[in-house]
Amino acid sequence: MKSLEELKAIKAKMQDKVVLRKSSGDIRIVVGMATCGIAAGARPVLNAFVQGINEAGLGESVIVTQTGCIGICQYEPVVEVYTKDAEKVTYVKMTAEKAAEVIEKHIKGGKPVAEYTINANKK
Amino acid sequence: MIRSHVLICGGTGCSSSGSVKLSEKLAEELKAKGLDQEIKIVLTGCFGLCALGPIMIVYPEGTFYSRVTLDDIPEIVSEHLEKGRIVERLVYNETDAAANGEEELEAASLSETTFYKKQKRVALRNCGVINPENIDEYIAMDGYFALEKALREMTPDEVIQTVLDSGLRGRGGGGFPTGLKWKFASGNRGQVKKYVACNADEGDPGAFMDRSILEGDPHAVIEAMAIAAYAIGADEGYVYVRAEYPIAVHRLQIAIDQAREYGLLGENIFGTGFNFDMKIRLGAGAFVCGEETALMTSIEGNRGEPRPRPPFPAVKGLFDQPTVLNNVETYANIPQIILNGVEWFTSMGTEKSKGTKVFALGGKITNTGLVEVPMGTTLREVIEEIGGGIPNGKKFKAAQTGGPSGGCIPASLIDTPIDYDNLTAIGCMMGSGGLIVMDEDNCMVDIAKFFLEFTVDESCGKCTPCRVGTRRLLEILDKIISGNGEMEDLDRMEELCEYIKSASLCGLGQTAPNPVIATLKFFRDEYIAHIVDKKCPAGVCKSLMSYVIDKEKCIGCGKCLKNCPADAITKTDYVAPGHKLPSLSIDASKCVKCGACVSGCKFGAIYKD
Repeated sequence: MKSLEELKAIKAKMQDKVVLRKSSGDIRIVVGMATCGIAAGARPVLNAFVQGINEAGLGESVIVTQTGCIGICQYEPVVEVYTKDAEKVTYVKMTAEKAAEVIEKHIKGGKPVAEYTINANKK
Repeated sequence: MIRSHVLICGGTGCSSSGSVKLSEKLAEELKAKGLDQEIKIVLTGCFGLCALGPIMIVYPEGTFYSRVTLDDIPEIVSEHLEKGRIVERLVYNETDAAANGEEELEAASLSETTFYKKQKRVALRNCGVINPENIDEYIAMDGYFALEKALREMTPDEVIQTVLDSGLRGRGGGGFPTGLKWKFASGNRGQVKKYVACNADEGDPGAFMDRSILEGDPHAVIEAMAIAAYAIGADEGYVYVRAEYPIAVHRLQIAIDQAREYGLLGENIFGTGFNFDMKIRLGAGAFVCGEETALMTSIEGNRGEPRPRPPFPAVKGLFDQPTVLNNVETYANIPQIILNGVEWFTSMGTEKSKGTKVFALGGKITNTGLVEVPMGTTLREVIEEIGGGIPNGKKFKAAQTGGPSGGCIPASLIDTPIDYDNLTAIGCMMGSGGLIVMDEDNCMVDIAKFFLEFTVDESCGKCTPCRVGTRRLLEILDKIISGNGEMEDLDRMEELCEYIKSASLCGLGQTAPNPVIATLKFFRDEYIAHIVDKKCPAGVCKSLMSYVIDKEKCIGCGKCLKNCPADAITKTDYVAPGHKLPSLSIDASKCVKCGACVSGCKFGAIYKD
């Protein structure tokens, strides 16, 4: 070890590995991962969120986690986004591509993607 | 892509309740489910809540599982880790939202529980958070940044001044200002060979703070020792640790090897020309080797016996060279002080005791484990809030601080803010941090005897006041406990205590009478009950109590008669009104006071007298 830069490089490299343990959780992205969710393809969605948040370096404030069945199996994969001071947003029939869009517009931009929410999909 | 971390406590407490097997089983299950690329298992140091071990925390949710068994693992994997359904029955009840009647099934954060709420983790900050066997995780938590700052931005004198200004005092028991110790050893830098040493010979019964720090955050100690070496101008260090701490020794060795590999130990550290390396020395478990001069004699390869001071180690220590010797917990504070500054550190604690103190809670308390609180926290907060109170609705009687060198704090002083000076003022001692809680079922004379037996065993025998004095003191205690005491014995003991205190060579002897002095001061009535009434009020001292059968309650079933190993129970001629069989009675001369009759009696007819 010869310099502060080397130390900082290791810290930076490890940051996304330990950030999970100290995230503030101001925003929580909850993916429904019960049998119905998994069958409808929730796993790629979950992975897309985990990867997307990580790549965006948002791990300090955003938690990606799972939950069980919330009873609207026909809409799976369901993803709920809890933000500290705003109302919960429920996205339905999610895919990995839609996940990337949600990260970009909602998580980063602060504006929910209306067309993917449950309200827009109710028949 | 890792989406979840499962932290399993790998400290000694949870390891002995099977946490390592849990982690192996978990790894198997994850692999079988194909989740091993998504979920990472981290074996950490102690979380502190040892009473509920083995402990497991799942991040990012922060779900806190307690008392996990091997059979629970498949359920945790398939329910929680695969499907996101938290296994409620294993969640620590305080963090369990469902149990607390909240609508959202969102677990309360760990830091909000009564066990953690009042704690302030400085020395323990990484314990239960990082994998102690991975130097990168330590660096991710700002590890070794303090060493870099000290070496590059500060002069050795500035480092010493910072430690002085922080008001940090030795956490091993004495409470001597750490900065002062460093200053004394700092003369003639570069001209004389010097050493830094770490005292990890934690020998007090019931104390395990140092062990947990070494197990959970070994790099903090290494980093701090390097900083100390830079400050005083040393290039070699020793950690003296008990061989009875295999996990701590193992992890410390891994940490030293990793630090060497990274060039954080060795030559020309951070390109500053500063050289430092360190070794582990194993102690064979003699209590006296926790005394600084005996410890250094033992490191040198000699029989661990103390020598008179002065010369103090700062002048003439290891191999007759100037040496700084600090305790593990003291060192664990150093990197934080360098990084966060004096003001941050002095904002915690009381006027003369800054920072925090780690306590090992044991005895009659619900949450046995490890806690770290700011100095000045009251004993009541530690016992009733953090510790969860006394189990089984019993009454708090006293807390023993400082193990065999300390004294007891009686219930009347439970609101004393804990710091060095307050404890000294009431005749106690901070000690290394063992805090043994006693309830109404503990006999204080018996407690004094327990600690004295320990020091009699552990006295190295070099000086007479300690070797012979403590033995005589124990004999008087034995005499009282066996029912042959006289009131004059109390005066004799007090006199003897004074002699031992003032004439012994080292700290072991000088503090050995403390448990007797403190119990005589606060619980004299119990001694008098033993001597005058020939009774042990708590019913502990066997010679002074007997089991008696209440002949009105006894139905004569004969259960106790069968249970008695000493054939001490016989039938009487008396048949109580309403009963068909004659009642039984105990022959006191035959009774061995094992209590087998009491635990077998369904009618509550047998009691202690």
